[in-house]
Amino acid sequence: MSVRRVMGIETEYGISHPGHPHANPIRMSGLVVNAHAQAAERVGGLARRWDYDEESPLRDARGFDMSRAEADPSQLTEDTSTANVVLTNGARFYVDHAHPEYSSPEVTNPWDAVLWDRAGMVVAAEAARAAAHLPGGHEIVLYKNNCDGKGASYGTHENYLMERRTAFSAIVAALTPFFVTRQLFTGAGRVGLGQDGRTPGFQLSSRADFFEVEVGLETTLKRPIINTRDEPHADPAQWRRLHVIVGDANMAETATLLKLGTTALVLAMIESGGPELGIALANPVQAMHQVSHDVAMTRRYECLGRAPMTALEIQRAYLTAAQEHVATRPDPDPQTKELLELWAEVLELLAEDPRELADRVDWVAKQVLLDGYRRRDGLDWTSPRLAAVDLQYADTRPERGLALRLEQRGSLRRITDDRDVARAIDQAPTDTRAWFRGECVRRFGPQVAAASWDSVIFDVPGRNALVRVPTSDPLRGTREHVAALLDSVDGVAELVAALGGGAGAGR
Amino acid sequence: MSTRESSEHHRPRPEEEPAAAPAASTTARKEELDAEVDALLDEIDDVLEENAEEFVRGFVQKGGE
Repeated sequence: MSVRRVMGIETEYGISHPGHPHANPIRMSGLVVNAHAQAAERVGGLARRWDYDEESPLRDARGFDMSRAEADPSQLTEDTSTANVVLTNGARFYVDHAHPEYSSPEVTNPWDAVLWDRAGMVVAAEAARAAAHLPGGHEIVLYKNNCDGKGASYGTHENYLMERRTAFSAIVAALTPFFVTRQLFTGAGRVGLGQDGRTPGFQLSSRADFFEVEVGLETTLKRPIINTRDEPHADPAQWRRLHVIVGDANMAETATLLKLGTTALVLAMIESGGPELGIALANPVQAMHQVSHDVAMTRRYECLGRAPMTALEIQRAYLTAAQEHVATRPDPDPQTKELLELWAEVLELLAEDPRELADRVDWVAKQVLLDGYRRRDGLDWTSPRLAAVDLQYADTRPERGLALRLEQRGSLRRITDDRDVARAIDQAPTDTRAWFRGECVRRFGPQVAAASWDSVIFDVPGRNALVRVPTSDPLRGTREHVAALLDSVDGVAELVAALGGGAGAGR
Repeated sequence: MSTRESSEHHRPRPEEEPAAAPAASTTARKEELDAEVDALLDEIDDVLEENAEEFVRGFVQKGGE
């Protein structure tokens, strides 16, 4: 029972060309990714291609256009919809639909998830700034949020590696009430109710209104509370990847930490046969919306076979179960203890005085600003200024983003520090396969034809076929496993030979 | 947001007696909080988008995921 497990966060950033609402978001996203690619190429640490098909024979991989790295920048920007880079920190930064997306490297705990997520925001913000200097470039601003207030939503997804033997039905049953109620501390806050935000008001979550079904495969329409996408990017006989799409994009690092940490604890309980709470919401989708809209947190939700419960009561039931679960195990790790204490403190403050969480929970921080403007300037919820505060809260520019300004004046707590973030922009987590991926990109960039979560593909000088090195185990290819090997080889030919011709790092 | 007025109270510190806190100190605390928020708003006013209406109308996204 621990908060520790393989996890990661994918963030799609809102993208805007100020003053040009009809600017093409796909082209802009491509500019941003290519701007990062060019900056990274100057220091050599870059791979441009993603290996989509892990099953394909090596020769099939020979369609990748290696000459693009030398192409003129204006040509590169034409190919914006497929812009993709693999970073030395093991992350992927690419164009997903109409947004730049940063998919963090695999990490082993919630604190590292916060750090590499923060690194991604800095990468994205700096790339957006650099995009203005590309041929055809212009001012581009990125927002770490989830909706435009006009009906569109885009995602911040969490991924958790889970044991395959755990029944999916058990995951659905135990996670649904938890996901419906964790908005109490994961909510980013939002001005306007409903998908298009037409009804005036304030709600806890920027995502809740976009969920329409309980369980499903979709992520872009009829969004489900529990997503069934199942690409484990690991041995499918042993693992599943739980793809979580209900989360808000958090600016508050504590909120990100809690989001990942509490979810990991619930998953740990599920994997060991619990938690036996006997809580099943009668109407989970409706409750998802109602929890978000009930800023006073007093509403009770109908449960099957028991008296209605408030969202806080449901969260407390999960917390108590987790505390009891940990208490039965010898020596919980320090992170698990710390996370449990934080969870307990936050639930207590939500009950007593949510304003005390203005330095840790996004919706509270945002609400303090909004209530301040309403009081000082006599604004009501239909005021565009309040909607502007809502959007600008998530602006990723340190000089303009309101959450970042709150951090700078000490009103919003940091968990990371700038030195660690700078390191996480450059270096991968040492304790997952992301380290092998990132170091291959750093050391052999021009010879890395492509990479993906479960492979690195090398273009070995003197060989006709590309050589694919599978990395199917997320916990192999760590610094401990492969640092000595990487240090000992002179070039990819030696590396591939040492790995046994292309089947080494992950097996 | 009248439902949240009770939460405007300062969370009692351990050395305080919650039941003994007189209404006057609650009002004083609220004024103190308002002053803190006003200071914060003054700073934010300087960076807030000037034409809020145009800014909000112009923030148009395509769905993702």
